[in-house]
Amino acid sequence: MTALSLQNVTKSFGQMEIIRGVTLDVPQGERHAVIGPNGAGKSTLFNLISGRFPISAGSIRLEDQEISGLRPYEINRRGLSRSFQVTNIFPRLSVYENIRCAVLWSLGYKYSFWRGVNGLADARERSEDIMERIGLAARRRDQAGVLTYAEQRALEIGITIAGGARVILLDEPMAGMSRSETEHAVALVRKVTEGKTLLMVEHDMGVVFGLADRISVLVYGKIIASDTPQRIRENAAVKEAYLGEEAH
Amino acid sequence: MNVLGKLAPWILFAILLAVAPFIFTSGTSRTMLSIMALSIIFALSYNMLLGQTGLLSFGHAVYYGLGGFVAIHAMNAVIRNKYAIPLPVIPLVGGAAGLFFGIVFGSVSTRRAGTVFSMISLGLGELVASSALILRTFFGGEEGITTNRSRLAPFFGYKFGPQIEVYYLIACWCFVCILLMYAITRTPFGRMCNAVRENPERAEFVGYSARMVRFIAFSLSGLFAGIAGSLAALNFEIMNTQSIGAVQSGLVLLMTFVGGAASFIGPIIGAVLITYLQVTLSDVTGAWQLYFGLLFIVMVMYSPGGIAVWLALHEPIYRGGQLGRLMPAYAINAIPLIVMIAGGILLIELADWALVKAETEGPETSVFHIPMNSNSFVPWIVAIVLFVGGALALKRTWPLVQDAWGAALARIREQPA
Repeated sequence: MTALSLQNVTKSFGQMEIIRGVTLDVPQGERHAVIGPNGAGKSTLFNLISGRFPISAGSIRLEDQEISGLRPYEINRRGLSRSFQVTNIFPRLSVYENIRCAVLWSLGYKYSFWRGVNGLADARERSEDIMERIGLAARRRDQAGVLTYAEQRALEIGITIAGGARVILLDEPMAGMSRSETEHAVALVRKVTEGKTLLMVEHDMGVVFGLADRISVLVYGKIIASDTPQRIRENAAVKEAYLGEEAH
Repeated sequence: MNVLGKLAPWILFAILLAVAPFIFTSGTSRTMLSIMALSIIFALSYNMLLGQTGLLSFGHAVYYGLGGFVAIHAMNAVIRNKYAIPLPVIPLVGGAAGLFFGIVFGSVSTRRAGTVFSMISLGLGELVASSALILRTFFGGEEGITTNRSRLAPFFGYKFGPQIEVYYLIACWCFVCILLMYAITRTPFGRMCNAVRENPERAEFVGYSARMVRFIAFSLSGLFAGIAGSLAALNFEIMNTQSIGAVQSGLVLLMTFVGGAASFIGPIIGAVLITYLQVTLSDVTGAWQLYFGLLFIVMVMYSPGGIAVWLALHEPIYRGGQLGRLMPAYAINAIPLIVMIAGGILLIELADWALVKAETEGPETSVFHIPMNSNSFVPWIVAIVLFVGGALALKRTWPLVQDAWGAALARIREQPA
């Protein structure tokens, strides 16, 4: 089954067309990377899929349900969750609170103001589990805003996966990390997206070619190639447009 | 031990509410205690917006005032029709009115947060306040609407004529409301209020509609403000348009900000302090509102987290047993601070007398029980010398506080964990 399907998606800001008819199918369980030069529209594409911006034309389907035009929280409730290029956490809440806020809706607690949050065993267990998996269990009480950059990136991923979404969008999860931090983060992404559908934007080609099952190349708002890492590496158009020496 | 530890503050607070009127026995103090208790509810309801959800409202008195007016009309209707409804039930009516208007106005104003929300709250506040002057049958014009609380059906024999009986009624409601508002902060919804305050966009990407969270917070806040307003109505037995206007909205902002919006207890401290100052200062000086303004500016500039944060800062020092080390530095700094404040008060009082009262009552006045002439240069120069001298001295002595803090923190770090 196709987890995520984009048909002829376009997005214009005023006169400027940023996304120019993107068609993309991501099968269930695939790790799919979107690469492309700066300004190609990768983050915009993520913003369209996750409902941050409305699309101008086309269709976006999540597990065969149309999601274009829905609000971000409605899309999230249908099983798609995303992370952000610029760390987007709850800075003055503790690590534990950050994760717990991200699990509450998926466990059905909604806007309930008549039952204590600390007594919710399932929310606590799920949050503990996520903190273990992202390696932040020891920092549970610390304010998210005081974590190191790499820890905040891990928390960002933790918040993204905490709700149990089946389709995960990661926007440059390794941006700004050192080599060793990147290795750690790749292992983390691999672990936490096990069995899920992953769509990621990433600039680090080592990461992309190591992690992705399939890669789409976005240039000036159009996908010029979508294939396995090996074939993308050999694709002449891709080399010319973007990869150049980086792929070696 | 753990359960008892959690309950201890509540038990202490209940005892404090119960014994307060026996410590402060005069009629004025009992009235003041009643106002404090209802102001606590009002300020905490405001902090559901400001501190918990990050919504700065300039029109919160709307829900307090409308709750109060509906309550006073309900009381009069009960009296007129001789319904067997006792006084303690009336705040439910006011609360329902606050909730109703919270839902109505909240559906409009909570679409957006930030400046947009603040401006809409200001606009709605002005709209309701000016409508109140026009709709005389409901709001009673400038005179307001009066009632007589003792004419309602007795409640277990109590008719709530004496202030002490009203105090206990308000205190009970105060305790229940604080408990409820505290409980709400510890629910999934309460936590999502904090999440929306911190990062509304991220909250939307974990499944929550930030607008819905704001709307529910706003509606519940209206409910508690309505309860506070109806307690004011049965305490004063009058509601007028002042209680619905910008001054009342400003007052609750002041209480919350001075006490500290970041903690649950902050608005409680603020409500007690500001009510005390409001009642006492207005008797002592004509310039009391100026003092409020200055207090607000000083707090915003030097302690934006309010008194609660200032107290919370001392908690680790207290736990580490180092509080005593700060005291000498505080004592030394207190001297120039007091001199500076005395100079400031003298300046304000002289100015108030010279600009407002001297024309009708002559230049002779007295400040701190010292007779002086506001036309003479001497008191003005003394005031300026005290103020500027105190400020300069404080600048010199302040490093002592910083050193003492550094030393106290260093000692705590040295202690074994």
